[in-house]
Amino acid sequence: MREPKRATLVLRDGTRFEGKSFGYPASTSGEVVFNTAMTGYPESLTDPSYEGQILVTTYPILGNYGVPPRRRLDGVSEYLESDRIHPKAIIAQDYSYNHSHWQATRSLGEWLEEEKIPGIYGIDTRALTKHLREQGSMLGKIIIEGSATEDEVPWYDPNQENLVAKVSTREVSVHGEGDKTVVLVDCGVKHNIIRCLTKRGVKVVLVPWDYDFNTIPYDGLFISNGPGNPDMARTTVENIRKAMETGKPICGICMGNQLLSLAAGAKTYKLKYGHRSHNQPVRRVGTNECYVTSQNHGFAVDTDTLPADWEPLFVNMNDGTNEGIRHKSMPWFSAQFHPEASSGPKDTEFLFDDFIKLL
Amino acid sequence: MKSPNIDPSIKKVLLLGSGALKIGEAGEFDYSGSQALKAMKEEGITTVLINPNIATVQTSDGFADKIYFLPVTKAFVEKVIERERPDGILLAFGGQTALNCGVELYRSGILDKYNVKVLGTPVQAIMDTEDRELFVRKLDEIDIKTIKSQAVDTVEEACSAASRLGYPVIVRAAYALGGLGSGFCDNEEELIALTEKALSFSPQVLVEKSLKGWKEVEYEVVRDRFDNCITVCNMENFDPLGIHTGESIVVAPSQTLTNEDYHYLRKLAIKIIRHIGIVGECNVQYAFDPASMEYRVIEVNARLSRSSALASKATGYPLAFVAAKLGLGYGLFELSNSVTKDTSAFFEPALDYIVCKIPRWDLGKFHGVRREIGSSMKSVGEVMAIGRTFEEVIQKGLRMIGQGMHGFVDNRPVPVPDGIDKALAEPTDKRIFVIAQAFEAGYSVDRIHDLTKIDKWFLYRLQNIFDTHKELKEAKSLDELSPALLRLAKEQGFSDFQIGRAVLGEKFAASVDASMGAVRAKRIELGITPVVKQIDTLAAEYPAQTNYLYLTYNGTTNDVDYLHDHRSIVVLGSGAYRIGSSVEFDWCSVNALLTVKKEGWRSVMINYNPETVSTDYDMCDRLYFDELTYERVMDILDLEQPHGTILSVGGQIPNNLATRLDAAGVNILGTGARSIDNAEDRNQFSAMLDRLGIDQPRWRELTSLADINNFIDEVGFPVLVRPSYVLSGAAMNVCSNPEELERFLRLAANVSKQHPVVVSEFIQNAKEIEMDAVAQNGEIKVYAISEHIEYAGVHSGDATIQFPPQKLYVETMRRIKKVSSQIARALNISGPFNIQYLAKDNDIKVIECNLRASRSFPFVSKVLKINFIDLATKVMLGIPVEKPAKNAFDLDYVGIKASQFSFSRLQGADPVLGVDMSSTGEVGCIGQDTSEALLKAMLAVGMRIPAKDKGVLLSTGTPKQKADLLDSAHMLHNAGYRIYATGGTHRFLNDNGIPAIRVYWPSQPDEQPQALELLHNHEIDLVVNVPKNLTPVELSNGRKIRRAAIDLNIPLLTNARLAGAFIRAFTTLKESDIEIRPWDEY
Repeated sequence: MREPKRATLVLRDGTRFEGKSFGYPASTSGEVVFNTAMTGYPESLTDPSYEGQILVTTYPILGNYGVPPRRRLDGVSEYLESDRIHPKAIIAQDYSYNHSHWQATRSLGEWLEEEKIPGIYGIDTRALTKHLREQGSMLGKIIIEGSATEDEVPWYDPNQENLVAKVSTREVSVHGEGDKTVVLVDCGVKHNIIRCLTKRGVKVVLVPWDYDFNTIPYDGLFISNGPGNPDMARTTVENIRKAMETGKPICGICMGNQLLSLAAGAKTYKLKYGHRSHNQPVRRVGTNECYVTSQNHGFAVDTDTLPADWEPLFVNMNDGTNEGIRHKSMPWFSAQFHPEASSGPKDTEFLFDDFIKLL
Repeated sequence: MKSPNIDPSIKKVLLLGSGALKIGEAGEFDYSGSQALKAMKEEGITTVLINPNIATVQTSDGFADKIYFLPVTKAFVEKVIERERPDGILLAFGGQTALNCGVELYRSGILDKYNVKVLGTPVQAIMDTEDRELFVRKLDEIDIKTIKSQAVDTVEEACSAASRLGYPVIVRAAYALGGLGSGFCDNEEELIALTEKALSFSPQVLVEKSLKGWKEVEYEVVRDRFDNCITVCNMENFDPLGIHTGESIVVAPSQTLTNEDYHYLRKLAIKIIRHIGIVGECNVQYAFDPASMEYRVIEVNARLSRSSALASKATGYPLAFVAAKLGLGYGLFELSNSVTKDTSAFFEPALDYIVCKIPRWDLGKFHGVRREIGSSMKSVGEVMAIGRTFEEVIQKGLRMIGQGMHGFVDNRPVPVPDGIDKALAEPTDKRIFVIAQAFEAGYSVDRIHDLTKIDKWFLYRLQNIFDTHKELKEAKSLDELSPALLRLAKEQGFSDFQIGRAVLGEKFAASVDASMGAVRAKRIELGITPVVKQIDTLAAEYPAQTNYLYLTYNGTTNDVDYLHDHRSIVVLGSGAYRIGSSVEFDWCSVNALLTVKKEGWRSVMINYNPETVSTDYDMCDRLYFDELTYERVMDILDLEQPHGTILSVGGQIPNNLATRLDAAGVNILGTGARSIDNAEDRNQFSAMLDRLGIDQPRWRELTSLADINNFIDEVGFPVLVRPSYVLSGAAMNVCSNPEELERFLRLAANVSKQHPVVVSEFIQNAKEIEMDAVAQNGEIKVYAISEHIEYAGVHSGDATIQFPPQKLYVETMRRIKKVSSQIARALNISGPFNIQYLAKDNDIKVIECNLRASRSFPFVSKVLKINFIDLATKVMLGIPVEKPAKNAFDLDYVGIKASQFSFSRLQGADPVLGVDMSSTGEVGCIGQDTSEALLKAMLAVGMRIPAKDKGVLLSTGTPKQKADLLDSAHMLHNAGYRIYATGGTHRFLNDNGIPAIRVYWPSQPDEQPQALELLHNHEIDLVVNVPKNLTPVELSNGRKIRRAAIDLNIPLLTNARLAGAFIRAFTTLKESDIEIRPWDEY
């Protein structure tokens, strides 16, 4: 019988869950959120939107197919969504010590160890998820036997930090080739957004979140996804407002949807426990067109605060929250969900085509 | 408010059922049909159902408005359409039977003629998926890769196609259900044999390159007419390609696919369903390369399927219900998630558990069948286990299949005569257990993978179980066992039995019950108990009031709050469909639940069969989709603390728990456990009959050959021999002489003090009679006496049964009633029971008594129109029940229950009936007299009236049987049929003035004409082959003829009495004489 170290999840409200350690055996803390996707842990772990969070996977068995190699192609990761793991830890019911897949080069545990990220298994993740659903996402500590004790690990609230600044690139880089140039603002970009754009034959100029792209020539503006509270990215909002004056096409995803809304003059708010899954149904407003989407966000746009020249583009069919906006006359639109998927369903990838057509 | 999207002209809808349960088409279609009917009812649409399967839930009161117990064939359906004039027809809910019938109705213009609109997927789309060539062309249009096959119409073309493609190849028949007539061929010889057979079922046969060893993955896809698509579930086969998906262990969701793999295939599935134009539900099956992103589409089923029933149960998403609504014109966005009630039905379920489906085979029931499993389906049922680790679900599932296995490990070894390597490489129904033995023999995961091609992930997980088993064995006592190891074992799905056996070894065998009790006590003391979790479709993301539950050790918190108000009634279901227990017990279970609820109690169901209606969470207040073992039932009862538990409606599995549950203090409703034991225990029951002065065939339990011979000297041959411990093959046999007896005992049984043999006198040419009844406090309240058409000797589950009886003496009936009353009183029966009798002249003898509902309860309930289970449940709830005023003498019609056999799917099996049951399903039809009802029923189980320009082959055993069939031969002759006959029969017919053409057995190859040749040339359209007895010599003689009839799809009868009745029916009635009348008009 394997005898892993004991690992405890302590929530801010005092609730405790006892499990077993895998990956890197060090205590840590962060905001505990759950994701109901059944596949895609390598993608989720490298998704910058999880920065500072402790990720709970509701699918009980984790690590089945190992981890693909870290390979770069055209300056972006080939299989992963960024260059490192962003969540502070990962929690599952059951960890698969042995993996099997032709693309895998190592196990999830080995990868976590390399990147010094702890994992816990043996936790009743369904009970934990229900608790988070009822009480809302909350702060948590992970205490590993033999590592820092509960008293030694401070609570960490990522929402108090400018996470966008933390995960965004520090320098400008260019990806792909094409006649048209798209400025992609990196608020914590998933590499598949870059891949989705470059494979459509455009040149992508990836810029830091606070870079004033209005100083460079481009044909269209794309605002990426990213972690945390959109209010922290004021500089980006200011730059978007300036860009609007040019009338060039603008598109946003997730955080990009929230930043575009803020630039338009609408407000955002924090959801109780967010949307993190592969099965969120959205409907294009005013049509019978429905899409299954991949989502990962804790904040949402308040549709009621949209100015008159804007309108909702998509709506969540489960809870009615905003899933995208568009300007009534200008070529500006955005989606709260992830058309680039990775991980998740690819049903809405056509939004990239819609954007490219506007250029 | 009604949706503006639905078609207001649809006011009456016809639904086609799937008929009798057969291999490849089982109870799942009762579930899908019931759901569709419910969906129609909700819209206020009148429903008409055609389904001869009388034991189904869908053919019960309250499901459809009009029910026709008629064959689902073009001719009958047309007549029903003519009479009922429906506005729409649903073709997707009755399996391949309904689909094929629908295509025929469409092609022949009948649907157009009567202006019947096909709801849901258009027929053209169905044809595009069914016709292989059209299908490949259709998918080529959108660059989807299929397994390229060559369609051929002759054996020669098949050979040249195969040599082009290179062996191994796979051969499939077009338009066939469950892979009928398909298989792998490694060489030309095998190809010729298989192609010839396949061509007899289908005008077109496909030859294609085999992709053995690839992963097999399925997606269940839903599309509405607005082009919105979702994939409700994906599933991965544990067994790689090469084994039919119905024969594979399957998990949901997929376990070894990455996100990219998963969504790549998902996207293709949606592309396919859009291009084909499905409206409703369909299933896409892929072969997926384990070492690249290469895929091939294997097939698309444009209808509800076994997989979709499984997907519904695996996810909680009611596919059939939603598909029916989409057929009416709804958009997915208008429907809500039936579990959460307030989120949308347009979504894809997120599972926070894993399910595992395991097929249930009954190959031991058939003489001569090959044990290898492959590309055509042989399993007769399936189970689904739910848990939170693979180890947990596979072990649960292997117990659920109910073949004496306790999980993956700690079983009696499976014989591997040709070594482990071969047993791994050439899969049989027992392969998974061979994997455990391979681990035991030191095989590595890599080596097992090389031999089986099963993905290593699954093998690693199985190795985890094996490793834990080894550690358990190291602990020498329960006290030595560490709590951590005990918990780990439970998390990996070990039962108390397995733990006890592994830890205690020899000591365990000495006192099984006590040892299991000790394990249970120990773990409860350590706080190691399972928790209850809900299936809520959204992995707890949204609150859900779901009553769909399972138990797991991988968790710490119950999802359900227990009131402990003792207001619930727990009903134990019937487990996997298998030979001897199928949809009839599901009907009983569902009806018990309905009555429980109606009487104001909370209804709670425990069952694990995904093909049933009883495991539809809509049918009860709480569904535990879990094991029916003593351990798990007690876990649930401890949590639930019900008022009482009902064991008598789920067949033998719950019945067998009676004594132990009673000892544990469980309140068993109805007949007491001691009475159940008195009826089950042969000695006690026999002593009771003696005491009451009730006759029974003489029998004795014996432990030596000398004793057996002494007993036979007393009663004479033939005798029925039943070993208590079976070495191989059939469990029971009739022996007619000393040689046979000796051979049987030597081959099949191991007579000893530990393993006694029960020998009973076998009464020839006796009638067999069934008494189904409900009693209250020992007094019979309602009863139904029915008679078998066949003489005793054919298992009651295979026999053709007539109710009310038409040929019984009134005297016999009275005696049966009297004796039954005596038994009911003596056992103080409160609830359902069944007694089987033998009658010869006016003497009756009791063969068997079961203090539970029997297989024939739905049949007699529906023919008599008195719901026996409703009454029985009331009795068990302690409600006083009045005797109904009506009885069988008032009926001016006849019901016939006929059996469905699936021999065509069981390569090599001898299609002969004996004392062991071999039918897989049944139908029940009502007619004005025996002949009319019988003709309907026989047509419904796949017989056909022989064509006038073809012949009938008679080959009828003993002189008595020959004489019995003389009348029939006259009728055939008078009706203008050409009669072919083998030697003895030919002589007998000629002597009696009936012209017949002599044909020769395969053992006389030099003579002409050869019976086999006539069959191959389809000059014979009915074979009556009655073996003299069931001795191997006699059986081998006619076997080739019988097998050829089955393989060539020529109707075969092997019982003289049934053949006589059928011949009488079709020579005195034409198909057009058959009355088209719904159930409620009888």
